[in-house]
Amino acid sequence: MNIHEYQAREILRAHGVPVPPGEIATTPEEAERIAAQYGGMVVVKAQVHAGGRGKAGGVKLAVDPTDAREKAEAILGIEIKGLTVEKVLVAPAEDIETEAYLGIVMDRGSQSDVIMVSSEGGIDIEEVAATNPDAIQKLAVDARYGLLPHQAAALAHGLYPDAKLARQAARIIMQLYQAYRAAGCTLAEINPLITTPGGEVKAIDAKMNIDDNALFRLPDVAAMRDEAAEDPAERKAREAGLSYIQLDGDVGCCVNGAGLAMATMDLVKHYGGDPANFLDIGGSSNPDKVVTAFEIITSDPNVKSILFNIFGGITRCDDVANGIVEATRRIDVGLPIAIRLTGTNEDLAVEILKENGFEAMTDMDEVVKRAVALAAGAAN
Amino acid sequence: MSIFIDGDTRLVVQGITGRDGSFHTRQMIEYGTSVVAGVTPGKGGQVFDDTVPVFDTVAEAVSETGANASVIYVPAAFASSAIFEAADAGVDLIVCITEGVPVGDMMTALPYVHEKGARLIGPNCPGLIAPGIGKIGILPGQIVTPGPVGIVSRSGTLTYEVIFQLTRNGIGQSTCVGIGGDPLIGTDFVDCLTAFEADPHTSAVAMIGEIGGTDEQVAAEFVRDHMSKPVVGFIAGQTAPPGRRMGHAGAIISGSEGTAAEKMSAFRDCGIAVAERPADLVGLIEARL
Repeated sequence: MNIHEYQAREILRAHGVPVPPGEIATTPEEAERIAAQYGGMVVVKAQVHAGGRGKAGGVKLAVDPTDAREKAEAILGIEIKGLTVEKVLVAPAEDIETEAYLGIVMDRGSQSDVIMVSSEGGIDIEEVAATNPDAIQKLAVDARYGLLPHQAAALAHGLYPDAKLARQAARIIMQLYQAYRAAGCTLAEINPLITTPGGEVKAIDAKMNIDDNALFRLPDVAAMRDEAAEDPAERKAREAGLSYIQLDGDVGCCVNGAGLAMATMDLVKHYGGDPANFLDIGGSSNPDKVVTAFEIITSDPNVKSILFNIFGGITRCDDVANGIVEATRRIDVGLPIAIRLTGTNEDLAVEILKENGFEAMTDMDEVVKRAVALAAGAAN
Repeated sequence: MSIFIDGDTRLVVQGITGRDGSFHTRQMIEYGTSVVAGVTPGKGGQVFDDTVPVFDTVAEAVSETGANASVIYVPAAFASSAIFEAADAGVDLIVCITEGVPVGDMMTALPYVHEKGARLIGPNCPGLIAPGIGKIGILPGQIVTPGPVGIVSRSGTLTYEVIFQLTRNGIGQSTCVGIGGDPLIGTDFVDCLTAFEADPHTSAVAMIGEIGGTDEQVAAEFVRDHMSKPVVGFIAGQTAPPGRRMGHAGAIISGSEGTAAEKMSAFRDCGIAVAERPADLVGLIEARL
């Protein structure tokens, strides 16, 4: 799960990280009011689940409250990487002496959380990683002991030769790690971590990705989910225990298991078609899930045929067959369907489908070819 | 023969009285696996299906029955605790089927398992099956047939698909291992490839990967440098949209986005024949047996 910058700032603040104040505005007038309350220059920042906000025109400085209103007006409603900006963060502009990067990421290679710091902060950390990887210090944390103070101190000294700055940075690195663990993060970044002319170290931006699997024990973090920022079909899928990602094609795919779902999409492409989505109905077998899957797939107006590829293991083919029959009774699908079922209770499933006028195939390649042909036929 | 499981495997089922645990225990017994004990805290003293004694702890199960392997079907919130317990009780092999385990939990469980000298397969995996010998987990027994091909995969149902196509074309398997789709897992491709290379009854290996991470690239180099047996591969997710899961910090660490194209070209560079479709694995394997 992604959370917004302002929410990540709250989490960091709660762990003691020095983060300047800031408030959320959903209208230009609110932005003006917040700016007036701070006085002086403010920064107006789009709150969307996308990187590259600055380059997309989603971050602007404002000299006074009137300017803040105008800047907010310019940012609210724009699209950044396909996401509409619904709210902006208004925060006092800081005097910046230097900008650094501080991040923690779950690294599958080393099977540990890795802390990364670089004195070359700012918006182009990917660029630094590609062109000058030595400018990034990395440390793999042993999760059994957590980040140790001397490790944080060493990273901080690498960042700032000045002892006073290094001491502040070491504390911030420890606090960021604590926040990362406490909020179930797989990624936490402060970019930039700044120093001010007055010799203070502060976090003026924050990004966190949360492990979905940890949310069940973190109700406060789970409550930060911004449902308005989610695609409605993807939200409906998530709430039904399905996993769905919409794509641009016209062959609607319904598969059990993520690997098989991806392989099915690949095969659609292989036979000259274009998958409309990734949809994994998961391991359990529940006809209701199949009905929801139908509703989600048919809500995409681009879909011209529906492809079922089910390999029964835990999933029982007869449950899926019942779901298909039930869904086509309840909603007017109005689209051709190609079905392949193999595995647990396959015979029963084939019988159920036959009784209801559907044909069931057993070969993956054959059913994909059929679905692609049906989509092409429907398009003509 | 087989890897990780053989005729001496004595299995304890953690979560034996649960919905999934009881269903799959029956399936494993039916397939011929020696299930010697079950564990459900508070239900010690019961007997599952009149044949399998249930204990309160894994330690008791091990000392009473000589269990040397464990399979875990407990809910995600308790899965890492079950892994710690199994490792502590001294079993050699732990297979964790549970999906949805918080990655932070695995972060501490993995080094513990390693210190205790146990092998963990999973979590979020279908387990393993050695055709004609036994199975641990949820892989369907009816689709496998004994033979010379080792299978290692990050997927569940896609693995079944590949096994199904091989079996349908008369090609049997030595052992099929589903290592799991989570970012942090106990046994990786290289561990399985090492075991297949050493197994006298495996003469070729099919490796099935997915987008994300760099495990496949690491495995490809291992094949090039350390394997004499032919390996063929497939990568799922050639059409997957990039960047939906991980922010750029992941790419900074790995120096790679983990795309299917990258992995397929790593396979080819290291002499691994790549199948465009799952069905193509059949021909590639056949040509190498």
